[in-house]
Amino acid sequence: MSGLEGLYQQIILDQAKARHGDGPLDHADAEHHEYNPTCGDELTMRIRLDDSHTRITELAWQGDGCSISMASASTLAELAAGRDVDEVHGLIDGFRAMLRSQGQGEPDEELLGDAIAFHGVSKYVMRVKCAMLGWVALEACLTEASASPTPVE
Amino acid sequence: MSDLRRDFPAFSQAPDGSTPTAYLDSAATSQRPRQVLDAEREYLEHHLAPVHRGASAAVGRSTTLFEDARATVARFVGAGEREIVWTENATDAINMVALGIADASAGLGGASARSLALEPGDEIVVTEAEHHANLIPWQRLAAKTGARLRAVRVDEHGLWTPDDLAAELSDRTRIVAVAEVSNVTGYLAPVADVVSLAHARGARVVLDACQSVPHRPTDFGAMGVDFAAFSAHKMLGPNGIGVLYGREELLDVLPPARTGGSTITRVTLETAEFLPSPHRFEAGTQPVSQAVALAEAVRYLEAIGMHEVARHESELAARIVEAVTELPGVRIIGPGVGVERAGLVAVSVDGVHAHDVGQFLDEAGIVVRVGHHCAQPLHRALGITASTRASAHVYTTVDEVDRFVDALAGVRRFFGVSDAPSAAVSA
Repeated sequence: MSGLEGLYQQIILDQAKARHGDGPLDHADAEHHEYNPTCGDELTMRIRLDDSHTRITELAWQGDGCSISMASASTLAELAAGRDVDEVHGLIDGFRAMLRSQGQGEPDEELLGDAIAFHGVSKYVMRVKCAMLGWVALEACLTEASASPTPVE
Repeated sequence: MSDLRRDFPAFSQAPDGSTPTAYLDSAATSQRPRQVLDAEREYLEHHLAPVHRGASAAVGRSTTLFEDARATVARFVGAGEREIVWTENATDAINMVALGIADASAGLGGASARSLALEPGDEIVVTEAEHHANLIPWQRLAAKTGARLRAVRVDEHGLWTPDDLAAELSDRTRIVAVAEVSNVTGYLAPVADVVSLAHARGARVVLDACQSVPHRPTDFGAMGVDFAAFSAHKMLGPNGIGVLYGREELLDVLPPARTGGSTITRVTLETAEFLPSPHRFEAGTQPVSQAVALAEAVRYLEAIGMHEVARHESELAARIVEAVTELPGVRIIGPGVGVERAGLVAVSVDGVHAHDVGQFLDEAGIVVRVGHHCAQPLHRALGITASTRASAHVYTTVDEVDRFVDALAGVRRFFGVSDAPSAAVSA
C-alpha cells in the first residue's frame, strides 16, 4: 500500500478532517461554485478583498467531496487568506503545474508550502480534478473580482 | 466456471506472476472472450464489404453475415428479426424511441404514426432509480410535446413496488419507461406487473434492458414490453453497437429519428418514403463487424446457458451482500440478505467518499466503479452523492468477490473513521 500512502499522506487525511476555511462568508466580493459532474463533488469559494482589490482579506468555502478535494481546499484556505492576489495567482499556477507533473520532479516547497503534500496526487490522473476543485474555484473568484470595479477608488 | 476464464485474454496471468486485477466493473463494460475478438477480426480480414449496397458476391456474403447476426440476436431475446434494430448503443436506442415519438407528435409519419403521438397533458412515467439514459430522453420528449414527466419515488433502499408504480399511473399515461435491472441497486423490476399495469392504462412500456439481457434469460415477446434497449459491450461483445427492440407493428410506424441513405423506398426532391423496420432506422453505414462480433458473444453466452449465467452471478451477489452486511459502517444500496438481486452490489461507506473507497480498492488490485453511476436522482434520494459498485459477469470468481469484501473491510480504518456510525467527514 506504499502507493496509497504516497497519495493519502497523513497531512492530507488530517486536512480533510480539519477543513480549514469551511463556512459561509457574508458580503463576499467574489463567489464561485465548482461542480465535478463525474463524482458529484462540489464546492463554493467566497473571498473578500481589500479596498484596492490587491489582497485577499478573507476566504471561506463550503463543499462536499472526497478527502483529496476537501483536504486541498482546507490547505488552500490556510495558504491564501491574507495573501496578495498576485502571489495567490502564482501559488495556483505552481499547484497546477505540480499536479500536471505525473509524479515527476520535486515540488517547490518555498512556493507551495504544505500543498506539496499533494504531489502524490499527480500520479493519479483521475484524481487531479479532485485536488484542483477549490483552487479552480478561487482562481475564478479572482478573475471575477478583477473584472468588477474596485468599490473604492 | 473457472475454465472459461482462459477464453479471456484480459485475465491472463501477468508475466511477473503477480496477482491479477480483480475486474468487478462488468456492469460498466464487460471483458471479451477470444472467440468474440476472433469473429470480428475474421470478418474484417475476409468478409469486409458494404452491406445492402451494390450487387457483388462479396456484398452478398457480408450482408448475409450482417443479417444472420440480427437473427441470432433476435432469437436470443425472443424477438422477430424485424424487431431488432442496430443502434450505436443502448442510450442511442432509447433516444430513437423518444425522438421518434416526438416526430410522431409533430405530425411526421402521417396517420399511421398518430397512435404514438403525445399531446399536452399526456404523461410519461419513469422511476427515480433510472439511469440518466432512461430519464433525459423522456425529459426532452415531455418538453417538446407538453407531456408531463412523473417519477415513481424510491424508498430508503432505492427500491419501488408495483403499488408505487400504480399510484403514478393515470388514464393520461402514455409511456412507462423503467429498467429491468437497476444499474445501482441490482433490483429486479416486476416487469410482468409493469406491463399489465401500463397496458391497462393504454400506455406503452419501454424497458431499459442493459443490465438484464447480458445476465439472464430474456424473452421480450413473452414479457409483452413494447420497446427495449441493450448494449453489446456489456454482454461480452464489442463497443459501438446497441440494440433497439420494438414490437413489429410499432417499429413499422415509429418515425425514424435519423434519416438518410438506405432507410428509404422512394425519394423525390420534396419527400421520402421509408422502408419498414428495421431498415427504416439504420441510416448510413452500419457497424457490421460489431454486429458479427455481437452474434458471436450471443453464441458464447448461449453455450453456457443464460440460466447458468444468472445463477452464477446471483450466488456471487448473495455472497457479497452477506459479507458486507457484517461490515460496520458499510451500507448496501438495494435488496438486502436473502432477496433475489442481480449480480451487482453498490455500497456506501460511512464517512468515506466513494472516490476514496475506489482509490483504496484500486491500490488493492480491485477494479470497481465509483460515482453516481449516471443515476444522480437515485443517489440524491438516498442522501449520498456517490457510491461504490462491484459487478460480476460470467467470468467473475468467488476469489475476486472475496478480495473485494476483504479490502472493503479495511477502508474505514485506513481513512481514520471510527466504527461508531456517524456522519464524520462529510458532516
